[in-house]
Amino acid sequence: MTYEVVGITVLWLFLYGYLIVASVDFGAGFFSYYSKKTKKDHIIHGVIQRYLSPVWEVTNVFLVFFFIGIVGFFPDTAYYYGTALLIPGSVAIILLAIRGSYYAFATYGAEESDFFSFLYGATGLLIPASLTTVLTISEGGYITVENGSVQLLYGELFGSLYSWGVVVLAIVSVLFISAAFLTYYASRAKDFNALELLRKYALFWSFPSIIMGIVVFFLLGQRNEEHFMGMVDLWWMFAISFIAFLGAVYLIWKRKMYGTAFILVMVQYFAAFFAYGASHLPYLLYPYLTIYDGFTNETMAISLIAAFVGGFLLLIPSLYLLMRLFLFDADYVEGKK
Amino acid sequence: MIFDNDPVLLSRILTYLTLGFHAIFATIGVGIPLMIAIAEWMGIKRNDPHYTLMARRWARGFVVSVAVGVVTGTAIGLQLSLLWPNFMQAAGHTIGLPMFMEVFAFFFEAIFLGIYLYTWDRFKTKMRHFLLLIPVVIGATASAFFITTVNAFMNVPQGFEVVQGVITNVNPLEAMFNPATPTKISHVIIICYLTSAFILGMIAAVKILQGNKSVYHKKALHLTMVSAAVFAVATALIGDLSGKYLHEYQPEKLAAAEWHFETEEEAPLILGGVLTEDNEVKYALEIPYALSILAGFSPDTEVTGLNDFDEDVLPPLFVHYFFDLMVFIGMYLAFVSVLFAVINWSGRWNAFNKPLLIMIAAGGPLSLIAMESGWIFTEVGRQPWILNGFMRTSEAATTSDHVGLMLILFAILYTVLGVTFVFVLRKMFKRNPVEREMRKRGITNYEV
Repeated sequence: MTYEVVGITVLWLFLYGYLIVASVDFGAGFFSYYSKKTKKDHIIHGVIQRYLSPVWEVTNVFLVFFFIGIVGFFPDTAYYYGTALLIPGSVAIILLAIRGSYYAFATYGAEESDFFSFLYGATGLLIPASLTTVLTISEGGYITVENGSVQLLYGELFGSLYSWGVVVLAIVSVLFISAAFLTYYASRAKDFNALELLRKYALFWSFPSIIMGIVVFFLLGQRNEEHFMGMVDLWWMFAISFIAFLGAVYLIWKRKMYGTAFILVMVQYFAAFFAYGASHLPYLLYPYLTIYDGFTNETMAISLIAAFVGGFLLLIPSLYLLMRLFLFDADYVEGKK
Repeated sequence: MIFDNDPVLLSRILTYLTLGFHAIFATIGVGIPLMIAIAEWMGIKRNDPHYTLMARRWARGFVVSVAVGVVTGTAIGLQLSLLWPNFMQAAGHTIGLPMFMEVFAFFFEAIFLGIYLYTWDRFKTKMRHFLLLIPVVIGATASAFFITTVNAFMNVPQGFEVVQGVITNVNPLEAMFNPATPTKISHVIIICYLTSAFILGMIAAVKILQGNKSVYHKKALHLTMVSAAVFAVATALIGDLSGKYLHEYQPEKLAAAEWHFETEEEAPLILGGVLTEDNEVKYALEIPYALSILAGFSPDTEVTGLNDFDEDVLPPLFVHYFFDLMVFIGMYLAFVSVLFAVINWSGRWNAFNKPLLIMIAAGGPLSLIAMESGWIFTEVGRQPWILNGFMRTSEAATTSDHVGLMLILFAILYTVLGVTFVFVLRKMFKRNPVEREMRKRGITNYEV
């Protein structure tokens, strides 16, 4: 493996990590608000709060890792994406800022308010929608570069079926991943009322998510044929993804092994996300930037990878401790601590 | 639009806004974990539940400020790429390593902070819970360390070569550990501690001024002011070394800070004053020899004046006021905290007298103003460069036409966040005053 491939793999792993943990968080916000509106919040509120409280800060860091890391490994991305994404990027920052601070304000400070929980629910759906812009424009055709000045074509972005397809896929995936996780968490908490409701949510969102996955797969064929052919070559990874999806839905349907079901959901998204990413290579931005011409120098690459390995060795035991105390400690999960 | 649609100017203003707002939360975010650790440690060592409660209550307020710090930190992290794409392209090649490591340090801190907050009564010994705070303190300080090396690099870029416009021969460690690094890092970290001690001291002083006689607030004031005295003296020493660093590596910045025009030995230090159109200094307080001593330990040190630099590379001269403001307040904080510590230690007078309490309370906001002034001085003092000697700020900015609109949006965002932050904190502690919490936890409260 070349340094370029190691670099992008590391970054893609972080983005995958963000996809999972942030989806759980975003979806939880939506379910929390939705259940409040339908007067069912007493059922699932406890489960959501118990899980989210100690981990909300950790979620954001995965994203920061990705966008700081990508500038470290591929400095030219700052030039292209930085200039083009001023507005969507700023909108995402503002939404993230509102979400993060108002969560803390509501949880630690003031009492529950409808307004806070509305903000928390709404931003949970808007943030993934705004973040997907990056993946959409990476397919090419949404950016022009003239005389060294990068422009984002808003008409093209808002008028394209593909870009809206990705937005919908992101939102339904967030809801599915989140419901699948919270179902598992509720089953660990032995909170059977919450379990029933969340299981229903998980089943409800499972089919929209897989159907949108297939729709976007084919929409991409019209958008970027080269990338599409690459994805077709990796058909077996998408097959793994699909089988994992079927397994997860089956287990949740049959009310058994919710933990395994969630792992299968993670496998489903892992396979699809990496197949998408691998076939995207070598391009970071069609057709302007590949991982080879935008790469940092070799010394920096080696030191970044070394820092990554060192940091990872530090983080794994810490994350393990966090999970052991809050995710796998039966007494805590059940609310006895 | 109020301004001409100049992306460079607007990007600068938006960056000031984000950094200025983030700096408040970043500063206390680095300093308060140490103060919590000191309080919890005292609680264990002296077996005094008042200190343990102090750590609890500080931690509860702290976590709300962390939230704002996290989201504004995310904002500046992304805005660097959005507003300064050309700078980040160059920085990615040279100084990407500490930026990357900063995120690791913060990640580490975030994990343990989450654990710390939710495990007060989950461990068998109090010591074990205290130990969770060590990674929080280390992670917070390490974040400040790594990100400040990036700022140091912007002042003294090294560890790379530019051959025909291409950056080559990069040495990331040499870039990180440049001549600006030692003074800059120690200065930033120590003022985080100093500012945090004063903010917490201010709260205690205000409570006592309001007539609250609980021993809790006296202990809090004592702990914060003795810590502040130590930090303030250290700040003064490090500040002195920073002057010597500037003399050696950024003489134009020192000259601009001091309105020092003629190159000379036995240079005086100028405090305050105004500058006439012919660059004459009026109404200023002059301390003879002091600038030479600040620059190189002895009155014989020759300090290069502004007239000997190319005008094209000089920073705006108003930085003098920010420099002075920072130094004045720094001295004030040292004076107040040392005075409190000495009076209290001698035992002859009452350290909790009204004038001193008012001075301590004023120290809270003043310490924040000093911190902001220091940042404005060092950032504006580096102009016209974003990377000193290599890249001008004007070459680094985005070319997008929409920065003005983003500036308005972010100004609204920070206003709303700032106001809600204060509102939520007040409400949080009003609803649960310390007397009630002591009663609830069965801690004896007595008045002194």
